[in-house]
Amino acid sequence: MNATNTTTDTAHETHVDYIGSKMGMWLFLFTEILFFGGLFLLYAVYRSSFSQEFYTTSAQLDMTIGAINTIVLITSSLTMAFSITAIKNGAARLSALYQLLTIIFALVFLIIKYYEWSAKIGHGIYPGSDALLSQGQGTIIFYSLYFVMTGIHGIHVLAGIVIIAVMINMTTKNKISEKDFVRLENTGLYWHFVDVVWVYLFPLLYLIG
Amino acid sequence: MITRESRRGFYSASGKYRGIFSWIFSTDHKRIGILYLISILAFFLIGVTFGVLMRLELIAPGSTIVEAQTYNSFFTLHGIIMIFFFIIPGIPASFGNFFLPILIGARDVAFPRLNLLSWWFYIIAATLALATLIMPGGPPDAGWTFYPPYSIKTTTSVSLAAFAAFIVGFSSILTGLNFITTIHRLRAPGMKWLRMPLFPWALYATSWVQVLATPVLAITVLLLILERSFGVGFFDPQKGGDPLMFQHLFWIYSHPAVYIMILPAMGIISEVIPVFSRKSVFGYKAIVFSTVAIGVVGYLVWGHHMFTTGMSEEAQLIFSLITFIVAVPSGIKVFNWVSTMYRGSIVMAPPMLFSLAFVFLFSIGGLTGLANASVATNVHIHDTFFIVAHFHYVMFGGTGFAFFAGLHYWFPKMFGKTYSQRVAHLSCIVMFLGFHILYFPMFILGWQGMPRRFYDYIPAFHTGNLISTIGSWVLVTGLLIMVINLLRGLFKGEAAVSNPWDGTTLEWQIPSPPPKENFETIPTVTHGPYTRSQE
Repeated sequence: MNATNTTTDTAHETHVDYIGSKMGMWLFLFTEILFFGGLFLLYAVYRSSFSQEFYTTSAQLDMTIGAINTIVLITSSLTMAFSITAIKNGAARLSALYQLLTIIFALVFLIIKYYEWSAKIGHGIYPGSDALLSQGQGTIIFYSLYFVMTGIHGIHVLAGIVIIAVMINMTTKNKISEKDFVRLENTGLYWHFVDVVWVYLFPLLYLIG
Repeated sequence: MITRESRRGFYSASGKYRGIFSWIFSTDHKRIGILYLISILAFFLIGVTFGVLMRLELIAPGSTIVEAQTYNSFFTLHGIIMIFFFIIPGIPASFGNFFLPILIGARDVAFPRLNLLSWWFYIIAATLALATLIMPGGPPDAGWTFYPPYSIKTTTSVSLAAFAAFIVGFSSILTGLNFITTIHRLRAPGMKWLRMPLFPWALYATSWVQVLATPVLAITVLLLILERSFGVGFFDPQKGGDPLMFQHLFWIYSHPAVYIMILPAMGIISEVIPVFSRKSVFGYKAIVFSTVAIGVVGYLVWGHHMFTTGMSEEAQLIFSLITFIVAVPSGIKVFNWVSTMYRGSIVMAPPMLFSLAFVFLFSIGGLTGLANASVATNVHIHDTFFIVAHFHYVMFGGTGFAFFAGLHYWFPKMFGKTYSQRVAHLSCIVMFLGFHILYFPMFILGWQGMPRRFYDYIPAFHTGNLISTIGSWVLVTGLLIMVINLLRGLFKGEAAVSNPWDGTTLEWQIPSPPPKENFETIPTVTHGPYTRSQE
């Protein structure tokens, strides 16, 4: 934040500003936090209104699958971090490999999520369904929160996969290298953010039952 | 140095593209600023048209030119267009884009491509908003606030309008993110925080509000769309939801948003008044502090929109108290502007006249805001014309007139041309009078109990409404005089000199219009922004 004159001059003249790029990314992540914040606010209010029903309905979610997905996603954060360390050390191929691994873990996460959603939808449980609407208000709201929160999170995972794929392409074309890796680092920041959101979603949805 | 090239400044700079593409694909902050200025003025005029039609309907009791349903669409579209497409992006995206880098001594913003992307988001969203006019189901009729349960039940194209608000939010966020990074990273050497001009300071506070509040609107309207498409039930009492939660989420964004609207306006006024008083600004630090204070405290007052819709007494009192507190920094600014003029050598050029109109109108708007902030009076005037009058005094009398002040102040710099100052004075006076004739009767009507958002009213309210409608014609006349005068200046005006107003900030140290890179060499700043050598 307290840039010396020399770094400011570099930013002025070359249009490449490492600190500026990171700052922009952090600001974007602030907006993401507030975006999800709206959902967490709804969760807090409705959980306090329907604490008993949230407790019983949460038990209907499969904690084991949730836990496996948590491990998968946290591991993907690890491979993402490895890919950045690799690029800083000049190992571009290794970095691309770790990025690919990150994508694979992300896909595994989404596939598990897909089966989880399908099972619920197979039982007739989805927003606006008759089976759901015949249940108590707290259950309806809990499942609505479940689908909307994990759904929006899933879209973020999907976006992350696309972005990391672009990063792999740039790494192999040497556009991301040990000299200029801020785009990969920012991608990493985004990816860790997506994981952190899940780290909150998992206990709030799966573990309170 | 006055070659043909430099006389046309950045307009003649050659880039990758030609013709219209040299504009809509340009990453030059000045071109994007002008793109935004044109788009925003176009949407302002569309919004004005809806406003004038509404006033025409209200000229007499009963159905005059339209039926209730059409009137509902009028006020909804008037609100959506004016709020999301004129007044929120209005000053930051046009003058902010054009002048922020120049005022802090930079060649461009930190992320020029994101800047262009933000304009594209704006245009896409604006197209979607206008598309609601021709969509099956008809134009939205739920008001710009989209309150459920009606916004969920109505079959009009509310979802599309909400989606437009969602998209234009990205444009707003990108602008904010860009400006914060630009201000942190690209200030010229020697431009310490407290040597920064006040317009960039205002943009800085505004940008934080844009970044931290807009995402809440995004999730709110997204949930509304999900509610309408899938029936998720967050705002539906039958499914355990609560419509009040929508109001909370909506105002958590939309109240800070009124500071997105007014802070940049205050920034322009803080630039204009010292220049035309030929003095340094009075209490520079107090203005900076109050700017930041408004940005911070403005977050915590959203509940005052909900005094009558269901809230505990404790919450009402707390929100009321904080609302009174947020008025203090605005008051500080008004005192600063007046003190700047005190014993100054005032030059009554058009930007100054518009600024004085701003101070007067904004003061009325601000003080009547306190009447709304107090819980007991609020219950009496809630959802009446009093609120409409208050809001228009702050937003049109405030931000609108500041926008015009900025337009007349920076016109010579942006376009390198001059306009007729006599006609500009005339337009300001006609608008100022028309404004009062249009909106002041609304205070009285509202106090007497006339509700907002109805196409009809009891005969007792006829006189006030008639006067108000006549005022709308006067105001539009003034507006047309202003637009024609500026267009004449643009095409037939004489070339502007680089510093026509004797300004002290950096934009007046470079040619009009500015060259493509703004500065040949990045300036080194050694003193505050409003220091005059003879002082």
